Amino acid sequence: MSAANETVSAGQARVARYFIYAALIVLALVYLLPLYVMLITSLKSLDEIRGGDMLALPGSPSIAAWVKAWGEACIGVSCVGIKGYFWNSIKMVVPAVLISTLLGALNGYVLTKWRFPGHKLVFGMMLFACFIPFQAVLIPMARLLGLLGLSNSTTGLVMVHVIYGLGFTTLFFRNYYEAFPDELVKAAMIDGAGFFRIFWRILLPSSGPIIVVTIIYQFTNIWNDFLFGISFAGGEGSPMTVALNNLVSSSTGVKEYNVDMAAAVFAALPTLFVYIVAGRYFVRGLMAGAVKG
Amino acid sequence: MTTIEPVPFVEPQRRSRSFADGLRNTLPKIVLAPSFAVILVFVYGFILWTIYLSFTTSRIMPVYKWGGFDAYFRLWSQPNWYVAMQNLAIFGVLYIGICIAIGLFIAILMDQRIRAEGVLRPIFLYPMALSFVVTGTAWKWFLNPGLGLENTMHNLGWESFRFDWLVNPKMAIYTVVIAGVWQASGFVMAMFLAGLRGIDGEIVKAAQIDGASTISIYRRIIIPLLRPVFLSAFIVLAHMAIKSYDLVIALTGGGPGNATELPSTFMYSYTFTRNQMNVGSASAVMMLMGITAIIVPYLYSELRERKQ
Repeated sequence: MSAANETVSAGQARVARYFIYAALIVLALVYLLPLYVMLITSLKSLDEIRGGDMLALPGSPSIAAWVKAWGEACIGVSCVGIKGYFWNSIKMVVPAVLISTLLGALNGYVLTKWRFPGHKLVFGMMLFACFIPFQAVLIPMARLLGLLGLSNSTTGLVMVHVIYGLGFTTLFFRNYYEAFPDELVKAAMIDGAGFFRIFWRILLPSSGPIIVVTIIYQFTNIWNDFLFGISFAGGEGSPMTVALNNLVSSSTGVKEYNVDMAAAVFAALPTLFVYIVAGRYFVRGLMAGAVKG
Repeated sequence: MTTIEPVPFVEPQRRSRSFADGLRNTLPKIVLAPSFAVILVFVYGFILWTIYLSFTTSRIMPVYKWGGFDAYFRLWSQPNWYVAMQNLAIFGVLYIGICIAIGLFIAILMDQRIRAEGVLRPIFLYPMALSFVVTGTAWKWFLNPGLGLENTMHNLGWESFRFDWLVNPKMAIYTVVIAGVWQASGFVMAMFLAGLRGIDGEIVKAAQIDGASTISIYRRIIIPLLRPVFLSAFIVLAHMAIKSYDLVIALTGGGPGNATELPSTFMYSYTFTRNQMNVGSASAVMMLMGITAIIVPYLYSELRERKQ
């Protein structure tokens, strides 16, 4: 198995491997612990939480806290649960992801296959936009959304997420199309194919992986956003993350830890689901966002 | 590697139809233009707007009366702002340092031809898929002084164990570090692992033949070869640290008191709840300057390298 057995004694190598596995397993348990605690707490009754141990499995697991978090928990003054906010998030995420991905694909296509003088500056400026602290655009955006009558609306949040997601989607597609052979595009041009035809028939069919990467990256980012949500949609229109924070940090009444945790599970489920189903692509997106090419 | 061609098509023998060619030349720009215009207005224009606001006398609403550097003087005379800067320094240094240390350590362990890599890797990485608000909520409960970790340790028989960092103003910022490291270190691990997999095996083999021990191979050869990954990880983590907002809000709400105030929470509260919009803008400008100082040289060098 290991290359070491010919030089060092095999016994020593085996001890080292036991140590490595032990260390990795302990670390993995530490990483899993908060999720485990969150899940089992959401399945316990309040009495059991107060009297028992955080790590103990629930004596009689019940989804009562989940039902309450979904449909009855009080967020602010209205006690209708988080379901409305969950849908707000869905209604915000789906259009924002689709629009920003489509625009990113077109931008990446132009920036690699139809270059013009200054294309580097344009790309550089779009790239920098990925990294700005959003605090630097918060006040003007709040002002503009107010003027347009879009404060507290899903439409406003979709617009905001499309705008500030463009940099990343453009980056993903640009780097992907950069590696796409120019010869194919040129051949199609000589055959008389136009701009959109080349995009539609030649680039798009082979863009599957990068489309998945971009959609997952955007989905995770937009679903998990909190700053834009709390700044531009505080009340009924707020997304899931804002509602979760309002629920958990409210100090009125009895603190229902199980309901808090159930709500947190609901907020975590969509992105965790995507991660479990398509983790490979999620990691690729993270890396592409971190290590620019 | 890649050749940069300003105009990608050469068709000498085609009939030149000025209109069709003109359209061909402009259509791509027409497609790109809306996105670029949006970025120009909503990123760069809005940044200028914020900068302008920081030089006005705006309080509860934006006003455009010139106030000079007043907001900056006020910002730098706020004890709160110093707390925020100090916390950012503590949080930033520990968050970046520990994430890189743990990330590298796990990546090296994972690189020893581990059998269950496919199971372990997703476990280290899943926190990155969670919202900071979920992370904050989970850790707030986990570290709850009465019912959380402290209670568990008592149940295990360690009666004197005390862990009240969440409500202890002196220690609260370290709970933000713990939760932040938990969330991002797996990602740093993935970056290092990709870097380790990219290292030429021949170099390592040659060192093994020369009789170098595994530890000295890592110390002398492999880790120095990972320098670009260290840089990328630093950039990513530093910019995440400056932007951190959700995690603090969900975990400590900036408290107890103002013990875990960060520039991002300072900016939000001064702008939207304390009615000092010009001071809030000034703090946003400071954050932008910090990020620019880190990101622009990095992006510049990354974009230039490709040219050769």
